[in-house]
Amino acid sequence: MRCNNAGRLLLAAACCFFWSAGQAQTDLDALTMNKKQLCVGFQYSHNSWDHYWEGTLKRTNENIGTITTQSVALMGNYGISNKVNLLFAVPYVFTKASAGTLQGQKGFQDGTLAAKWNAFQHKGEKQAFSLFALAGVSAPLSNYTPDFLPMSIGLHSRAAFVRGLADYQRGKFFITGSASYHLRNNVDIARTAYYTTEMHYTNEVEMPDMWYANLRTGYRGRQLIVEATADRTTTLGGFDIRRNDMPFPSNRMNLTNVGLSLRYEPGWLKWVTLTAGGTHAVAGRNMGQATAYYAGAFYIFNFGKKAAVTKTSQTP
Amino acid sequence: MKHSLSFFIGACALLFVACNKTPEDRSESFPALAPANIDIQAGTWKPLLLTKADEVSLPAPQAANSPGYIAELNEIKSWQQKLTGEQKASIRYWGAGGVLRWNEIMRTLVAKYNLPPYQNADGTYPVPNAANPFAYPIFPFASPPYAARAYAYVSAAQYDALVAAWHYKNLYKQAAPHKADAGIKTLLPVSELSTYPSEDAVIAGVSAELLKLLFPTEQAYVQQMATEHKLSRILAGMNTRSELEAGEALGKMIAQKFVARARTDRAGTAGGNQAQWDQMAADAVAKGETPWISIDAPKRPPMLPLFGKTKSFLMDSMMVINGRPAAPPSVHSAQFKKELEEVKYYTENATPERIRIVQFWADGVGTYTPPGHWNAIAAEAFVKERYSEVRWARNLALLNLAMMDAAICCWDAKFTYFNPRPSQVDPSIKTLTGVPNFPSFTSGHSTFSGAASTFLSYLLPGQAAGFKSMADEASMSRLYGGIHYRSDCEVGLEMGNTIGKIAISRARTDGAD
Repeated sequence: MRCNNAGRLLLAAACCFFWSAGQAQTDLDALTMNKKQLCVGFQYSHNSWDHYWEGTLKRTNENIGTITTQSVALMGNYGISNKVNLLFAVPYVFTKASAGTLQGQKGFQDGTLAAKWNAFQHKGEKQAFSLFALAGVSAPLSNYTPDFLPMSIGLHSRAAFVRGLADYQRGKFFITGSASYHLRNNVDIARTAYYTTEMHYTNEVEMPDMWYANLRTGYRGRQLIVEATADRTTTLGGFDIRRNDMPFPSNRMNLTNVGLSLRYEPGWLKWVTLTAGGTHAVAGRNMGQATAYYAGAFYIFNFGKKAAVTKTSQTP
Repeated sequence: MKHSLSFFIGACALLFVACNKTPEDRSESFPALAPANIDIQAGTWKPLLLTKADEVSLPAPQAANSPGYIAELNEIKSWQQKLTGEQKASIRYWGAGGVLRWNEIMRTLVAKYNLPPYQNADGTYPVPNAANPFAYPIFPFASPPYAARAYAYVSAAQYDALVAAWHYKNLYKQAAPHKADAGIKTLLPVSELSTYPSEDAVIAGVSAELLKLLFPTEQAYVQQMATEHKLSRILAGMNTRSELEAGEALGKMIAQKFVARARTDRAGTAGGNQAQWDQMAADAVAKGETPWISIDAPKRPPMLPLFGKTKSFLMDSMMVINGRPAAPPSVHSAQFKKELEEVKYYTENATPERIRIVQFWADGVGTYTPPGHWNAIAAEAFVKERYSEVRWARNLALLNLAMMDAAICCWDAKFTYFNPRPSQVDPSIKTLTGVPNFPSFTSGHSTFSGAASTFLSYLLPGQAAGFKSMADEASMSRLYGGIHYRSDCEVGLEMGNTIGKIAISRARTDGAD
């Protein structure tokens, strides 16, 4: 069994000045739940930074110290069929600053719903190749403010994405690559005018779209998956934070992370999956240089008749 | 497989729910200015610095039958033969009103320059230097007092220059180009106002000249805007070149009076020095109070502590001192403890509505500041009134002179009492907006808003209730945000109301009402 939760789905919504989202096996892997299986659980993530990129200039700020973002997310993945899964995530997010006076914020951030389709699969004796297509939407679940960065819990933009994903496995070793395009809706702020590189007399902020690419490779065993990951977020537009200015939702937010990801399905605890991992930002623009880690626990409910027979779609 | 595919297509369709569109910008939809009243007598209105409307002389226009004038009419027709989309957009943009557009340009520059300097490696702070404006930190740091004064000077100079322009319009009674030549198309609303000198060029000339002083690194941008503004009048068939040249020259000459005043109004030394800052703290200690300390890290010198000594247009220095409010509650008093608890209550019990109010009025770093916000509010109200350019200028001038006085009186109180912010006294108070780097009493937002709403209510009595509720909300936003005590807000609002009334008494006697 593979519990294929939706951790990284948060990306669509939460790619922010601070980048809060969880990190798990996800809508970024080549695993699917079988028909009428529901994998559901919680994931905790912790993300912090004290350096950030003001435009391209890396700096610290004694008036905020270290910004810490924590989140607890309810995540799930349901097998509509063996080929099509439905994924969701509902995160609750907390922020705080270690210095200065700015107040931490908390609340339900952006919920995500996505579909994942195993469009092509080829299985040989020793190797396998598969292609997936994903599409999803996300929307704010509460009326939190996006205009209080870096303390805001998110950017409050409705968004949608499409992703292509390819996976190759040889023996126990695999490599997965994916790329997605994220459409983001404009956001409303309380102010009726704001300055970016010019004045805007509106309370609506045009949010540039984003590209996201992810590469992961490692060992995929029956009970254990160990992956090295790298990913890159590229915002297609937006503007740089000026010298000593505050961040803004429509900044050009770019980030490159490297990370490690683990998944374990204990033989002695049937239907349970445990996940853990972390990432570290190695390059960025208008974002915090975050180090993040996460841990999650998930359980699989079987609603189908032949529930006992489960297998991953990918292991040859 | 079929189901999979149709499900996936369904999911993709959801994507189209989210599609970007460029937001509608209110300033782009302002209609062409068609004054309800051309204020034909405005040449007799009382100027602010000029001793009389014709203090600066302006030669008579060339005769309507002179070859030079006819050549200028031909120039207009030549431009009009083929107008590009960009040129038509320029006509539309400037056609909404010169005073309006230059006020917007000011707000843009203030927002662009409203950034506190980053510290030096040793924890001290560099100060923007007007003599070396391009070096970091770029001159100026358009903080609220700096901005209040900048808006005031430009608006006041525009007003005096337009009073002079109206005087000469009436004196020379030049007919509009389209009356001299039926081949000239007018692409903007026409009026019976004499077109010599061009009021648009007066505004462009006077504004550009003052902005050289106030935003010296922006001269290229400012000159480009002035050039576009003037050309738009030829393209629109509204003015000849010599009407524009005369207007610009008049504007520039009159600007010099204001530039000279600005150089000697004591704002240039408002930053003070270490000894003066220390003395302010020592005075507070001598009174048994807790002196203000910067909450910025590293500790930043206070923002323009001597701005209270800047020379006002509408008040003399004794009026500032005599109007100074009584001291805020002592930090040792029961009243102070009660007010501090109230600040803490609001920060710990923020509601979405109060957060909205805090953000709506924050007007902090990187914005056009509270005076800019009130200029924006006024401008959107004035557009509906269809004022003549000279009345636009007069109303914005008095509004901005009142807000400059609000800055003077508020800064005078702040640095007389030098009292601490709530978060200094109780570091557990976490704020919903940045803590400004100067003492608490009185609230700048409240003082600005009291002055602005009082004066705007005089101009537009039908909207008085709306202006008052905006001012009350702006004032309370600082308490909700956790950066001001209630007495800062209430006394600031009251002081602002008094300052607004001084502008009203001037308005009652300047001949415009």
